[in-house]
Amino acid sequence: MADQATFAAEAMQYAPQLYSGALRMTRNRADAEDLVQETYLKGYRSYHSFTEGTNLRAWLFRIMTNTYINSYRAKQRRPDETDLGDFEDLYLYKNLGTLQDASVGRSAEESLMELLPDDEVKQALEDLPDNFRLPVILADVEGFSYKEIAEMLDIPIGTVMSRLHRGRKAMQKALYGFALARGLTVAQENG
Amino acid sequence: MMSNDSTDAAAESAETSDCAQTLRELDVFLDGELPSEQYESIRHHLDGCMDCLGAFDFHAELKIVVAEKCHTDEMPPGLLSRIEMCFGTDFDGDGQIG
Repeated sequence: MADQATFAAEAMQYAPQLYSGALRMTRNRADAEDLVQETYLKGYRSYHSFTEGTNLRAWLFRIMTNTYINSYRAKQRRPDETDLGDFEDLYLYKNLGTLQDASVGRSAEESLMELLPDDEVKQALEDLPDNFRLPVILADVEGFSYKEIAEMLDIPIGTVMSRLHRGRKAMQKALYGFALARGLTVAQENG
Repeated sequence: MMSNDSTDAAAESAETSDCAQTLRELDVFLDGELPSEQYESIRHHLDGCMDCLGAFDFHAELKIVVAEKCHTDEMPPGLLSRIEMCFGTDFDGDGQIG
């Protein structure tokens, strides 16, 4: 049984990660701050039920995800089941692939780091409907396993996998759209 | 006995289906969730197939880029203090609450 007195020392180190996650979930700073605060309050109150030696970060994210789904999602009244449409696999890779070939001497990572501005990556993620956004945040931003995500969202692992797949594809499509909009193809010709 | 043409065609079709099978596992492979036997078989295919390797590399890097770029938010300076006030607990260890 975890001692409430040690909660602060153990849990507060995760505040920056929880805040980033909360921002991607709520899409605004005021709600993100409230969500993190509520997560810590709930965590503090139920810390006795935390099994010491298990993953505290995952436990806190589970509380935060549940709180978001139960309070904030209802408040934002965004449609849940927006149809993402179907995109071809490897969408961004096929469209940006030639750019990488052109950038001799740079690693793929450096190219993508430069090609994709922070704001556009965040926007592409935040534009996903909740059902797809939450699995992508938990997997690709926070690095949780399929099993952990399935538990947090209370959905089967197969559903986690298919939502991740479709969510990532939609995000890649959006990223390519942003890149085109700021004239990436022109830059490519000049480069 | 098969002619050379049909042997080539058979080899090519086996390769194509290997690639299709490999690309189907891309997400699960990169998420580190593939059972070790399947993982090794994908690795083996990637060792000999530059096309698939290119796609896997791209998505591995994309994963890193997404994670990094979505973790650049600065926490509002007052947030920890606000949380402390709710508990009456010195969370940031500065000797005072809030």
